[in-house]
Amino acid sequence: MTSSSTAFAKARAEGRAALVGYLPAGFPTVDGSIAAMRTMVEAGCDVIEIGLPYSDPVMDGPTIQTAAQQALDGGTRTADVLRVVEAVAATGVPTLVMTYWNPIERYGVERWASDFAAAGGAGMITPDITPDHGQEWIAAADAHDLDKVFLVAPSSTDERIAMTTAACRGFVYATAVMGVTGARESTSDLAGPLVARTRATTDLPIGVGLGVSTRAQAAELAGYADGVIVGSAFVRTLLDHPDDEAAGLAALRALTEDLAAGVRRA
Amino acid sequence: MTFEADSRGYFGDTWGGRFMPEALVAALDELTEAWQDAMADESFVSEFERVLRDYAGTPSRLYHAERLSQQVGARILLKREDLNHTGAHKIRNVMGQALLTKRMGKSRVIAETGAGQHGVASATAAAWFDLDCTVYMGAVDTRRQALNVARMQLLGAKVVPVESGSATLKDAINEALRDWVASVDHTAYLFGTAAGPHPFPSMVRDFCRGIGDEARAQCLEQYGVLPDAIAACVGGGSNAIGLFTAFLDDESVEIHGFEPGGDGVETGRHAATIHAGEPGVLHGARTYVLQDEDGQTIESHSISAGLDYPGVGPQHSWLAASGRATYTPVTDAEAMDAMALLSRTEGIIPAIESAHAVAGALRLAERLGAEKGPDATIIVNLSGRGDKDMGTAIEWFGLGQADAGEEQAR
Repeated sequence: MTSSSTAFAKARAEGRAALVGYLPAGFPTVDGSIAAMRTMVEAGCDVIEIGLPYSDPVMDGPTIQTAAQQALDGGTRTADVLRVVEAVAATGVPTLVMTYWNPIERYGVERWASDFAAAGGAGMITPDITPDHGQEWIAAADAHDLDKVFLVAPSSTDERIAMTTAACRGFVYATAVMGVTGARESTSDLAGPLVARTRATTDLPIGVGLGVSTRAQAAELAGYADGVIVGSAFVRTLLDHPDDEAAGLAALRALTEDLAAGVRRA
Repeated sequence: MTFEADSRGYFGDTWGGRFMPEALVAALDELTEAWQDAMADESFVSEFERVLRDYAGTPSRLYHAERLSQQVGARILLKREDLNHTGAHKIRNVMGQALLTKRMGKSRVIAETGAGQHGVASATAAAWFDLDCTVYMGAVDTRRQALNVARMQLLGAKVVPVESGSATLKDAINEALRDWVASVDHTAYLFGTAAGPHPFPSMVRDFCRGIGDEARAQCLEQYGVLPDAIAACVGGGSNAIGLFTAFLDDESVEIHGFEPGGDGVETGRHAATIHAGEPGVLHGARTYVLQDEDGQTIESHSISAGLDYPGVGPQHSWLAASGRATYTPVTDAEAMDAMALLSRTEGIIPAIESAHAVAGALRLAERLGAEKGPDATIIVNLSGRGDKDMGTAIEWFGLGQADAGEEQAR
């Protein structure tokens, strides 16, 4: 497996930001999600973030909630997520899982880290675990050489940002707004100062997410962040084409290409 | 053994904690500090006591249910939280949290509600303290409990129906947390039970523990003894932890929580989280959770909307794991029988939640009465009144048709 930091380093060498794309595993189906994520890789995503669908996603807005619920209703299991990880990691891009904590605790933290690493996963983004309550995950990730991507928020104190970035590996996830996932019309004025405060504590790349949906927003963020993280906007392209997989994938490809141009500030 | 949480919110090193988005950590830290500060401040504590006394009507009575006692062969003492303003113990929690909100200088409160009891209590506190109030309520529940929606609205609160997930209490909590992530600088989350991330389990307990402090003193004063057992229903567990706390160090006192057994635990349609759940993380705390093999939350079932929750307060998980308290399911049918029994023997219509505790106490009475005779003493937390449950009672018992025809025939 490859640490996600390599993708950021490559983008930096090309004088641009990395594009990180999110979709839930099992949405619209397990195979459909694999096809969608491969499309995102082909069209320019540098890192893929696979959502593990969960019944109580408190950090997600309506778009991702709908997709995750659809995945669960379709019978997606934790084991299916590993299959998606394996298929996406085989493309060569660093593949992360974004997951709430309970499914991992239930699977067995050590067992999960082992199976996930074996599937080629690069690491995890953990929205409801902070390093000060995440010792078990940190130990398992370290043992299996996995990225630990924790979140920093506009409300984080400088002290907590330093504590968080010290525990991260791969990159740091900066949440651009105080709120949940979902497309927003304008980028937040909280992102810039947060990235600057985070930058002061670490040499790790910093990805900015929450609310990014357009090329212009991606270009703006690429001016000061190392990575642009997009989720709900990708999910939306598939939700908008419920009965036409080809049209959904075409829309997904077009959006990915647009955002990939954005992170190149083109 | 300590039954308290450590400074990071863990009970027994395992249960509780704070599994929450970083965005909320600053607010939870601020709340923890403000709560600890307030509890150490005599003026806050006395103001809280004054508000509860003058406005909510505490201390509630400890009432000897004599006819029921005679019938069951043990002394049943009812802690009459049903007589508090708004009809339940929940007023203690919301007045405490709202007073703290004022002290912290915040202007808006949000709350989740299942049946609407905590929502009504929150709307009441918000009216009294002049705070803006938004209540999240599962869309399914807003339809089942239209009267409570109207009560909240009359009190000036905004009620937001939640359509996501199973559209019930757990989803209302999710939605309130989502609101809070975006509004945390001016908004306090009045959490409805002694669950959730640290400091809520400990803070809500502190605001509710007057139930047990009063009951213990009243029992000693009125009967000169400690009870042999105490009993409360457990959904999230705020009324139960409120009763239990004062007795934790009284080793002679048995502590019993009665969980909603729904159609029977063996049917899978229940909400007996400790009895039948597995350790997991839900709504920010490690605790027993009703969950499937993959850690997805399973929808709970209970005739009592106030107990219909797939998690439970983490201190209860610790009290169960440590053996200090015992948690046993009571089915819908047993609870409804107890509701009818208490109504007919004592003229007290309990909330269906509280009827679970009454039903559990009947079992305890049988055993303790046989062991210790009629002076065996059991305190039951009558956490709420049953007015809100008349719709369910009408359906369950087939009530509501006047008996005129029968009268004539006699």
